[in-house]
Formats: sequence, structure tokens, C-alpha cells
Amino acid sequence: MAYRIEVALKPHLKDSLGDKTVKRCREELNAPIEAIRTIKVYLLDFKDISKDCLNQAVFGPFSDPVTQVTSLDRPLAHDLPFAPDWVIEVGFRPGVTDNEGRIATEALALILDREPAPEEKVYTAVQYCIKGNLDHEQVERLARDLLSNDLIQRTAIFKASDLERIWASGDNPLYAVPRVSAESAINVETVNLNGLTDEELAELSRQRVLALNLNEMKTIREHINLERIITERKAVGLGPYVTDVELEALAQTWSEHCKHKIFNADITYVNKEEGTETIIHSLFDTYIRKGTREIRDRLGRDDWCMSVFKDNAGVIRFNEKYSVAFKVETHNSPSALDPYGGALTGIVGVNRDPFGTGMGSKLIFNTDVFCFGPPDFRGTLPPGLLHPKRIFEGVREGVEHGGNQSGIPTVNGSILFDERYLGKPLVFCGTGGIMPNRVCEHPGHEKKAMPGDAIVMCGGRIGKDGIHGATFSSEELHEGSPATAVQIGDPITQKKMTDFLLRARDLCLYNSITDNGAGGLSSSVGEMALEAGGFELHLDRAPLKYHGLQPWEILLSEAQERMTVAVPQDKLDRFMKLAKKMDVEATVLGKFTDTGKFHCFYEDRTVAYLDLDFVHDGVPTLELKAVWSRPRHTEPDLPEPESLGTELKAMLGRYNICSKEYVVRQYDHEVQGGSVVKPLTGAMNDGPSDAAVIRPDLDSYEGLVVSHGICPRYSDIDTYHMVSCVVDEAVRNAIAVGGSLDLMAGLDNFCWCDPVQSEKTPDGHYKLAQLVRANQALYDICTFYGVPCISGKDSMKNDATIGGIKISIPPTLLFSVISRMDDVRKAVTMDAKRPGDLVYVLGMTYPELGASEYFLSKGAVGNSVPRVRLKEARRQYEALSRAIGQGLVASCHDCSDGGLGVALAETAFSGSLGMHVDLDAIPQDGIERMDYLLFSETPSRFVITVKEEAKEGFEKIMKGTTFACVGKTTEEPRLKFETRGKTALDEPLDDLKQAWLSPLAW
Amino acid sequence: MSDKVKVIVTTGYGTNCEVEMAHACTMAGAEQVDIVHVSDLLDGSVSLLDYHFLNLPGGFLDGDNLGAAQAGAHRLRYARIKGTGQSLLEQIQKFVERGGLILGVCNGFQLMVKTGLLPRLEGSSEERTVSLTYNDSGRFEDRWVTCRANPDSPCVFTKGIDIIELPVRHGEGKFVTKDKTVSNALSENNLVCIRYVSPETGMPTQQYPYNPNGSEMAVAGVCDPTGRLMGLMPHPEAFSHGTNHPRWTRENLPEEGAGIRFFRNAVEYIRGNIL
Repeated sequence: MAYRIEVALKPHLKDSLGDKTVKRCREELNAPIEAIRTIKVYLLDFKDISKDCLNQAVFGPFSDPVTQVTSLDRPLAHDLPFAPDWVIEVGFRPGVTDNEGRIATEALALILDREPAPEEKVYTAVQYCIKGNLDHEQVERLARDLLSNDLIQRTAIFKASDLERIWASGDNPLYAVPRVSAESAINVETVNLNGLTDEELAELSRQRVLALNLNEMKTIREHINLERIITERKAVGLGPYVTDVELEALAQTWSEHCKHKIFNADITYVNKEEGTETIIHSLFDTYIRKGTREIRDRLGRDDWCMSVFKDNAGVIRFNEKYSVAFKVETHNSPSALDPYGGALTGIVGVNRDPFGTGMGSKLIFNTDVFCFGPPDFRGTLPPGLLHPKRIFEGVREGVEHGGNQSGIPTVNGSILFDERYLGKPLVFCGTGGIMPNRVCEHPGHEKKAMPGDAIVMCGGRIGKDGIHGATFSSEELHEGSPATAVQIGDPITQKKMTDFLLRARDLCLYNSITDNGAGGLSSSVGEMALEAGGFELHLDRAPLKYHGLQPWEILLSEAQERMTVAVPQDKLDRFMKLAKKMDVEATVLGKFTDTGKFHCFYEDRTVAYLDLDFVHDGVPTLELKAVWSRPRHTEPDLPEPESLGTELKAMLGRYNICSKEYVVRQYDHEVQGGSVVKPLTGAMNDGPSDAAVIRPDLDSYEGLVVSHGICPRYSDIDTYHMVSCVVDEAVRNAIAVGGSLDLMAGLDNFCWCDPVQSEKTPDGHYKLAQLVRANQALYDICTFYGVPCISGKDSMKNDATIGGIKISIPPTLLFSVISRMDDVRKAVTMDAKRPGDLVYVLGMTYPELGASEYFLSKGAVGNSVPRVRLKEARRQYEALSRAIGQGLVASCHDCSDGGLGVALAETAFSGSLGMHVDLDAIPQDGIERMDYLLFSETPSRFVITVKEEAKEGFEKIMKGTTFACVGKTTEEPRLKFETRGKTALDEPLDDLKQAWLSPLAW
Repeated sequence: MSDKVKVIVTTGYGTNCEVEMAHACTMAGAEQVDIVHVSDLLDGSVSLLDYHFLNLPGGFLDGDNLGAAQAGAHRLRYARIKGTGQSLLEQIQKFVERGGLILGVCNGFQLMVKTGLLPRLEGSSEERTVSLTYNDSGRFEDRWVTCRANPDSPCVFTKGIDIIELPVRHGEGKFVTKDKTVSNALSENNLVCIRYVSPETGMPTQQYPYNPNGSEMAVAGVCDPTGRLMGLMPHPEAFSHGTNHPRWTRENLPEEGAGIRFFRNAVEYIRGNIL
């Protein structure tokens, strides 16, 4: 029988969690709730704890005597400041990561002064004690829609008046421990593919969630039937049929997620607009890799790219001492199912990418970009989909816990809203790391596992977490999507592991390192084996969270917080001792070889024996077709607005434009002490920065600029221009704070809807053409600006079919940028600085409102999509970088969503200064209406303020680019726009700012 | 010990501000600054007693699970230093008896409070008399606050500081006392060495967000009666350079960040009183 400890805040203290829950109940469920207090529950599934030890636990680590009251094996709900009507207890389901339970287990072990037995654990739960006149159904709804997630949690609901009876009963359900019970015997299945019809092969793939297509299934069958293979397999004790371990390993390695089959497909691209047809052998090689190659060739001896496209993250040279690794990943499907766990895993997962790049890097910043359905969505949601506000909150909190607890500042990000993200939210998480240029007398960005090196797994243990994650994310969501696809990250286990591994790195204790993410050991060991030439892995030696995992599950599990390391045998002892001392679990699972084989054992019997070549290069190339014809949208015929002021306020209050301070404040953006330009800036510390600047080395003034661009709306017209605008925006943002094109690198993250023509996707040809055009644009703009892509990722199946309705996301590219600054003291922020400064607009404004936020607000799309004029833009960026470098610019703000109107207003109110602008002075071409002038989204423009005395110098540097002085900042707190001598807009600064601050000020 | 000022900054189990805290100590003039993993203390390879000044940096010891620094405090109390039978907390107490200085920031402050290292009111050194609990806002928040040091406090670290702006970055920073006796004792002995104040009036405030968490008596930090032990929620090490300030592009600030003053005071105290 377990012991049960309950802990609550003393009655006189505010229960913030309870209060927050009341607020959400009222707002989101309209439930008549008076009050909620929360109780923390610890179930101690331990044998024989003495009374004395129990007391030490209750009044020691499990409670705070100053702030909390406790009970042992007695309900605490009666000791609250009010008598509750209902009690909802929310705990975890068996096998779900319970971080607090793990820490509690460790704390208890210290008191007992012994190692707990494997099944001895502490489990946690939360009790919500509710006062309010609710019926049972309402309480159930509350539990289901707000307090718990059925996939990972279990709930118990009862009337507070029944508490006594429940506790008095012999079988108190509150003592039920969510222990994982070992169900199945360990078994390696073999699968006979011979004689199966095409339908049967496809069905087998579906049934086993392999996500392999027919051609791929046939390729496996052919390979396994080769005479040489049969003989070799026989020699190690395997029969003629493929084992489930092998099949699963192949499915994982060949998944879209890992092999990027669409990006590497042979594509016949028909452009109906131009009447051309071309064959593209791999989009990735043709546009992305080639572009980077060309830029590096141009840089020649000054090439600062250190490692591109081959490791877990891209690496560029930062200075004589250090290089920087950067990677952005998505974690969309898991975040749709369990927003908190999905996003937490997303951030701690991407942390391991730069951490596992080269010989390993210290993590220095995070970035996050989220795309959600509208938070005020009122329509009916198909079953299986969570409300976008709940997804928003869960994702926000997951990233908060992941980023903050890992001690990595979240320096940059954005949040976008569109109804098409209802089916699948996009959760982009990025991380940068810094590594020494030399590690143990070798280049820090290189690594090589050697034959004979021990395979050591470090960090967390293996459970069924995230099994089929890689294959799952290569599929669309449906009602039966597996719950095991969800994982919950554990930032502290990871932090302990990274502390340890960085020390081991500097002691030269390993040869190679990589992370266990999608595909688990199969992927990490499989990839490192390419360095050495093969491996032998003993699956039964892996430490498990609980019994009952099949060998293939151990190989494929995506349990988090694990790195795989290649340790030379002569250093193994030191490595293992250091791990033990630093309280990090490390286990030797086998060794790397040069046999060319992917070789797994279970209890010394071979369970997988595959050619490494076949695993990595055997997947057949897809052949796909893309057909482009330009969509035609209705050109809107909008009446001219009566009041530009009203329109501007409405624009400032749009979810895509308004302040995201609510989220930004909850992310630590200055840990590590090198923050220079923070996400929020200006006179009241609440203006929206365009990009971040950090100082990764506190002994130097050199800085790193981090920014991004994203505008999926433009995909509705043409993904070519969507991508050029996205890259231009990322570059522009970096330039705005002081970055420069001299050293700027990018990451491309494609999130697409399924572009493969099929019954489910009848418009696949068009969607693939959108992808082709996106890549063409990426090549064109990156090579022109000299901004190489150094790494990237694609997520190609962002569709949800639920209840027969298919929701596809708009094709979305996130482009993230890092750039170097020589001296952070030259950085510029976006807020107007002093009254009397001159206001400039840089760049020409065209009537480009197609798919703009303004048209969207009027329910229109239009056709005049914003376009980048490459030559003009580059000339302007180069000039502006010089002006900023010479200290001539007081403030600089990027002009993007919502156009000049929004950029001018933000510049003014962030500096708590008014502004007087002559609209006729703004450089413009073909604009006939003031609302179009203010809200056009032509890229490559800035709003700048300059001190009167810097005017001459500034204008001299900008000569030859399009710019104009359009007005002045004023002491009087009003925004005033004039045209032809008449007032076009005159609004108090406060009103504009409130419109911008309030929509998401939850 | 030689005539060098020796500083130790601990790390491990979720601590994450050790690098900038060590950097601040170096900027303040300490000759030797070592970042030491708790496991190096526990296996006896490093001893606190070789140092003058112990820094307990911010972070998330054990992920704030069981409450901020709850599990960390428990570890200090129970885990034994190899070969001695002594707990780490006992070694810290010895370090204090020998005249050492301790500064705990954020999670380090929480740790000091939860181990009873603060406020060490007379006659209650082991017992926990104050605590830090969930912010009234119910949220973790990163924002800069205005603080004011108490000129009458015995605190070594805040000497000469009046108004100072620093960032807070926490979810559990609301200072509470066990009872009125404790709060009176803190006030009477001037152990409340730094408070949150309104940027307009410079007076202690309960108003959010100037008082970012709802702390009693607007407490941002406290010291022990000797003034050598101090903990605070705001991060002085995060303001080591002018460009750390959120409005540095608007205001003419000195190159050195104001937060360094805490560390310089400590180093100077050691030079004047210990070396």
C-alpha cells in the first residue's frame, strides 16, 4: 500500500494556480465558479517507510513550513479556507514522464539512505478543490476541457461531501498507483513479405504504422531475398524473413521525417503560366545546397561556413576563438495532441541538435515561432482537436519550462494566427550554441566515431515514449493517432547531462556525439556508424523506465534527454566514473565497428543484421509531378475608409500585429548575462524589437544578431514571393538592429501540407508546384544577398483529417538568420529616442496589398502580392549597415505586417513620443489611396529616426537608395499624418498603444 | 590562504547563472574565481573552506519541482561529503563561522532561505522563518525593477548603493514571513537590505509590477545580522555591462553595469577584513 502526502498553501496565502484556473473557467467555459484551491498530492509507492522517515519527508522536501500545510494519509480538502463542493484529481497515466515524481523519488531516497527498488517511485497529482454550483456534467467538462489531457492524464471526480466515505472505504481509489505493469513477453517477430500482393504490402505498412509506400516495401522485400543477404543473415542466426526490429529500423530511417524524400524526389515541373516543363533532380540539391555552395565559392578563402547540412546543426565561424551552431526544428503533431508536452519536448529536443553538433556546443539562445488558430475561435471544433487557445497556452507553458529551466535565453520569436492552423499548429523551436574552434587539438565542428569505440548512451532512460514519432510526423493526424507519440521532456535531466558532457568534451573523453531524437538509438547509432563503418548494439543492456519493451521498441523509442557518445576504450573508465560522480546515467550498449553492418543483439542473439549502405541509401527515389498555374483571386473593391485613425487602431489590434508581451515576459530572455537588444525595448520596455543582439562571450564586444521572417499569407498568391518576402524580412530585421550582409547565415524550415498527389490530396500537383517555386525563390534571394542556408528542416504532412474534414496549413517557410556584429555598442533599437529627431522612410512603397493583413481584415486576398526588388534592397541594406555602424541612426524599425502605418505608430509609442508625418513625402509609386499607402506590405522598407545633427552624414551614406525625410518626432504625444496640407490622421499616442497592447494582454 | 581574494561559484542540478556570476566576481577584482560543480564538493575534491566568498547563482535546482530549491536544500542537508560523514550544509555553516561571505541570487536566495541560512535571526539559525513562494501574478516573469538599498542595513553587499535597476526572472519570489515577530525582527535589525520601490517616488511599494511578486514589506533581498550573508531575487550579475540595461540605447549609461557594485563591495570587504 502506498503512502499519500497532501500539501496545500496556508489559507491566508493567495493560491495563484487556483485563481488562474478560476479565471480561465469563467472566461473559457463560462462556468459559475466561486473559488478554487489546489492541493499537491504525492503517492509514495515505497515499501516500509518508518514513521520517522515519513515525517522527515512530509516536513522536509515535500513541504514548506512557512507557507504550506500538509497531511499524511488524510484528506486535506477539509482544511481549506472554504468548504469545496467538488474535487477533481488529475494525475498521470502509467508510463508518462512525471518530473516532479522523479525529483520526489530522489529526495525520499536520500532520507531512506538507500537506492529505491526499480518499481519504487513517487507519483504526483494535483487536486482542484472547487466551490461553485455545478452539476456533474459541468465538472466533467471542466476536467476534460481545461484541467487535463486524456491522452496522458487520468482524472478522478467526486463530491467533496463523499470524501469521508471514500477514505473510509477499503478500496480508496485515491491510492491507485499508475505503475506500468509489464504486459507482454519479449518477442522478436519475423515478417514474411514473400507472396504478399501489392494491397497486402500496403496494408502491412499501414497496420504497423511504418509509413512506407509500396515501392519501398517492395525494395525491402527484394533486398532481403538477395542470395548474399540470405547467406550472411543465416551465418548470424537469422532466418529468411525480415525481423520486426529490421523493418522498424528501415521504416524509421526511410521516413519522410529523416530522409526528406520529397525534397530529394525527381520532380517533373510543369509551369503552365510560362508553358515550360523541367525535370528537377532533388529540390534540396538543386536549390538549397547549390546556393550555399555558390556563396561559399564566392567567399573563397574568407568562407566562414564551417559545417553545413551534414551535422545536427549548421556551424559558422564567429571569431578567432569560437564558432556558432544553429538549428531550428518543428514539433507540430505532438503539440497538437499534447501542447505542453509536445512543445516542451520541441524545445529541449532542438537543444540537443547544436549540443550534438561537432564535438558539442554550449547552448546560448533559443528562438520560438508559433502558428495557431485564432484564440477567440468560436466555431465548432471537430472531435480530437483542442481549442486553439488551449494549444496556445499549453505550447507557451511547455516552451517556458523547457527554455527557462535549461538556462537558455529565449531571445526572439513570433506568434501568428490563421484558421488553417486549427488542424495542426506549427511549433518552431530553434537553438544556438557556441563551440571552441579547437577541441582537444582538433577542429571543434568535426567528429569521428572510430571502430572499437564504445557506444555509450547518456541521460534519461528508455520508455515507450514517442514510438513511431518519426513515422507519425510523416503522416497526417487522424482520430486514432497513437498516444505514445506524445513525450514530455525533462529539462533538468538534460541539464545535468549537458553539464557532464561539456566537461567530458573538454577532458577529451569522447570521439563523437549525437542526440537521440526522432528514431532514437536507431537513428543516433545508425548515423554515427557512418563515421566508423558499422556497429554492434545490445538492446537488452539499455536502461529502461519500466519492463515490457520489445527489442524494436528499445531501438526506436524517442524517450528524451539522451545523447549517444563514442568513447575510446582506453577512456571508458574515466568517462563512466565522471558520469557517476555527476549523477548522470551512462550505459555502454555496444561498440562501433568497420564491418559495414547495422547489427543489433538482444540477450546475445542477433535480432537485426542489415547492410549500413542499404539502411542509409537504399530508399528508392520518389518520382513526383508538379503543375503550376497561377491562382486568380477577386480583386477587392473596398470603399475608402472614413477614418484612417480608426483603421490604424484596428490594424494595431489585429492578433498578427498586436503586442505579444504576455508571452515574452514569461520567457527568460537575459539569462547568461549577454543580452544587448531584448525582445521588448523602448521608453516603457514594451516596444517590439525587430531582432535580438546577444554577447555570447562576456569578455568581448562582439555580438550575435538573431532574427527571422515568416509570412504564410502570401502563399495564397504565389509561394515564390512568399519565400522572397520571408527571407527579405529576416535579413531586414537583422540589418535593423545592426547586423550586416558581410556575415549572415540562414536556416530554412519548410512546413508544408502534403504535396503528393493522391486520392486524399487531389491538389497535390499544385501544392508541389508551390514547393518548387518556394525553392526557386530561396535560391534566387539567398545567392543574391550572399546569405547561405547552413541547415534546415522540412515537415511535409501538416494536414489534419478529422470527422471527414481536411484542414491543410498554408505553405509556410520560417527563415531564421544569425549575423555577427563587431561591436554590440553600435546596436540600434526600434523606439524613437528624442523629440525633434527626423523621421525617414527607406524604400519605395508600391500598391502591394495582395494577401496583406489589411486585405485579410476586409475578408479579401487580391493578387498584388508584395515583391522584393533584389538590387535596390541589397544596396539599401549595405548603406544602412554603414550608417548604423557610424552611429548615425537613432532608431530603426522594420516595416512588415500592417505596413508603414503600423511601423510609424510602433516607433512613436515605443519611444513615448509623438510624430508628425507628411504622407506625401513618403517615396511611393502608383499609390492612389492613403489606406493603401499606410498598409501596403512592400518589403525592404524601414522607418528610421535620425538626430538633426546627423542628417547630413546619414543622407550622404544613403545616397543612391530610395529614402525620404517625412517628418519629425514631437514632445506632444500624438501621431499626426498630413496630406496636401490637411490632417489625414490625428490620434493620441495612448489610444494607439492601448489598441496594440490589449488584445493578448491575458 | 594567500593574499588573493578567492571566490567559489557553485553549479549543477539545474543552476544556470554561474558563468555571469563568476564574470561579475572577476570584474569586481577577485583574483581567483572558480566555478565548481556540487559533485566536486560532495566527493571532497574541492572544499568551501579554501574560499572567502561563496556565490549561489540563479537557476532551477531540480526544476523547481517540490517548490523552488526545496529539493536542493534537502540535498545540502542530507547528502554526505565523501569520507567525512559531514553534510554540505555543515560545511557551509563552518564556512560562515570562519567569516566567509555568501551571496545567493534568485534560486540561490531561495536555497539560502530554505536551508535556514537566511535570515539567521538570533536563536533560530536552523529553523525556517521566512520563505519565497509563488508570485501573486501566478507567472514566471522577466522584467526590470527598481530597487532601493537600506542604508542602515549591516549588509556588506549593498554598501553605498541607493537606487538600482535590476532584472527579476522568477515565478516564486514572493517573500513571506512566518509571523509578525519575524517581520518585526527583520525590520528592527535592518535585515531587509533591499526593497522594490516605485520608480516615480523611490518609495517601497506593493504595487504590481513595481513589486513584481507581491513580497511582504516589498522585500527584494535580506541579509543575516552579520551582513556577510545576503540573498536577493533580482539579478545583479545580469547587469554587468551598460548594454544589459533595457533602455541603454536611450540613456547615457556608464560602461560598467551597476550590478557589479554588489560584488565589488564583497571583494573590498574581504580585502579589508579577512586578508
